[in-house]
Amino acid sequence: MLIVSRQAPWAGPAAREALDIALAGGAFGLPLAILFLDDGVFQLQQGQAPAALEQKNLCANLQALDLFGVEAVYACQHSLHVRGLAAGTLAVEAQPLAAEAITALFNRFDEVITL
Amino acid sequence: MKFAIAVFAPAHAPASRRALRFAQAVLAEGHEIVRLFFYQDGVHSASANVVFPQDESDIAAQWHTFIQQAQLDAVVCIAAALRRGVLDEQEAGRYGRPAANLPEPWVLSGLGQLHEAAQAADRLVSFGGV
Repeated sequence: MLIVSRQAPWAGPAAREALDIALAGGAFGLPLAILFLDDGVFQLQQGQAPAALEQKNLCANLQALDLFGVEAVYACQHSLHVRGLAAGTLAVEAQPLAAEAITALFNRFDEVITL
Repeated sequence: MKFAIAVFAPAHAPASRRALRFAQAVLAEGHEIVRLFFYQDGVHSASANVVFPQDESDIAAQWHTFIQQAQLDAVVCIAAALRRGVLDEQEAGRYGRPAANLPEPWVLSGLGQLHEAAQAADRLVSFGGV
């Protein structure tokens, strides 16, 4: 399953709930990948201060992806670029993908959930 | 063909109605629904407290009737539901809330049920994602 996470971390529970699908699948040992797309790439930004919004830090949960066996973590290169984020400066390691690579990624999975 | 259907939209959103009509068509065409899974704001599609105006389709009530009549496995994500105030008797009691709004045959359970359904089905079809 491919999970496409498109919401900023401050936009409500959507980002956390997309991540929870990945973590639950990882716990079952299922082959899955997560792609951060559009505002979803803001989840990867360093130096977030969620406490100011009375929110928990999502980054700690994102770092659990590895522990849950989800190693395929991708970010849309274009989404990063237009938001002024550089792939090398992210809080969580994610492989940047160009448009053609994203198409190939979608084709590789039988199930895709976009949240 | 076996379908798993995921619903991420509340009863008042068009995606919930489309999911319901799709699910009805799946059965009408002789296919099977492995499980319906309600997540994110989709948990509101399961709420018994939704009231539509009389001249509008009551999609929440139609979901309930459909699931009951077709005897479908309809799972509501427990974490998403608690956060949004969709509780069965047990959870209302556990958290000391005054009312339950998730009657049978809806079942509260975890995200593992989504993955299990996706594995068991030939197709996973989602409604109401972004």
